[in-house]
Amino acid sequence: MPAPSILPLTVSSLRFEAGGRRLIDDVGFTLDAGRRSVILGPNGAGKSLTLRICHGLLRPTAGTVRWQGGADVRARQAMVFQRPVMLRRTAWANLSYALSVRGVPRRERAGRIAEALRRAGLLDIARTPARLLSVGEQQRLALARAWLLEPEVLFLDEPTASLDPSATRAVEAIIQAIHAAGAKIVLTTQDMGQARRLGDEVLFLYGGRLLEHAPAERFFETPATPQARAFINGELYEDWN
Amino acid sequence: MTELSDAFVAAFRLVVSLDPALGEIVLRSLQVSLTAVAAASLVALPLGAALALLRFPGRGALTVLVNAMMGLPPVVVGLVVYLLLSRSGPLGVLGLLFTPAAMIVAQTVLILPIVASLARESSEGLWSEYREQLASFGVGPGRAIGTVLWDGRHALATAVLAGFGRASAEVGAVMIVGGNIDHVTRVMTTAIALETSKGDLALALGLGVVLIVISISVNAAIYGLGRSRRREGA
Repeated sequence: MPAPSILPLTVSSLRFEAGGRRLIDDVGFTLDAGRRSVILGPNGAGKSLTLRICHGLLRPTAGTVRWQGGADVRARQAMVFQRPVMLRRTAWANLSYALSVRGVPRRERAGRIAEALRRAGLLDIARTPARLLSVGEQQRLALARAWLLEPEVLFLDEPTASLDPSATRAVEAIIQAIHAAGAKIVLTTQDMGQARRLGDEVLFLYGGRLLEHAPAERFFETPATPQARAFINGELYEDWN
Repeated sequence: MTELSDAFVAAFRLVVSLDPALGEIVLRSLQVSLTAVAAASLVALPLGAALALLRFPGRGALTVLVNAMMGLPPVVVGLVVYLLLSRSGPLGVLGLLFTPAAMIVAQTVLILPIVASLARESSEGLWSEYREQLASFGVGPGRAIGTVLWDGRHALATAVLAGFGRASAEVGAVMIVGGNIDHVTRVMTTAIALETSKGDLALALGLGVVLIVISISVNAAIYGLGRSRRREGA
């Protein structure tokens, strides 16, 4: 019997301060299973901070992050960073490391690693030192590594921000496949096109505040705030207060 | 002038003929320094990584202390170890003074801070990159230390070699705690000092040549490690 879901994730009255500045201010939302959630907003909106707090990498100054399921919620999440973190080992050993951390015995690893590399189209570079791969390949490897852990929730922090269009397409295809395999996707981006392609719902962050949380279609058709309207139209929004 | 060139010729002959007296000293030197490097590394590598990864009270002070100890004058280390190991000292009962073991202890103390400090530097660089990803995996502190040590292995090998270079070239500490006793505690550096003052330049020069060859080999190894490291993208 599968363990009960750790979703929904309920975040309430989130605040984060650093160096005397309030970077996240009174943010609250609920993320349900299934839908792909895109956290959208310009630089400095607090997207990455929000993601890190949800994943437990940062402790909020105030507010709560509550997962539905109880024990060991961290082991049921994975995260992929903007700049892929590659261990100084082969691609294969990078995947093997992640499995060994999760306590998967060595004899069970080979099959799962080969399958993960195949899904990411990386089988032929299995024995290459990961740091010698192109940035696009590294990001695909990071995704393969995250997928390997079979997370219930996958956090992605601007995963294609430093990639060219073809690498971006490959990465987005893997994200879609991970989603199709049943994982909840929570992704930050400031790329409108990506938000449209990958988002079922949009959380629009601006200046540390959550201005909108709506189904993607509604958000893009009828944004409720002037900030979101300006962002969608590619205009530079001037804050007058 | 001829005296000097004669000495060079004699030294060269000693080296190529694998003179037993010279061989014995070289072997003992290697034994002492390699053991000291192994002992120091065993402590210094995890210590350096722990200083880089863990946050605990006194971490800053300990880091400063380790860095400061990098420049320890060998004679002072020799003196302190001498006092500890001498008959009336706290460790006198062990009867280690004027044995190779005492020399190993002195060299270990001498190079431990060097290896630890270099290990801390390498680990800090890796950790700033790995920290969030390993936290995301749910890796605990012990395993994290093991990971940065393994992934920093090229840089750490360089640190260990640097420690070996320092140990094998050092004379003051081993002279004081070893006593430069023939067939017991005489090593290359102490033999060179003695033979030079006795005027036996041939043996001194022969040992000097061996020391320089070792030093060049160590540096060649460091260079080679640096190259293979770049090839692997580390």
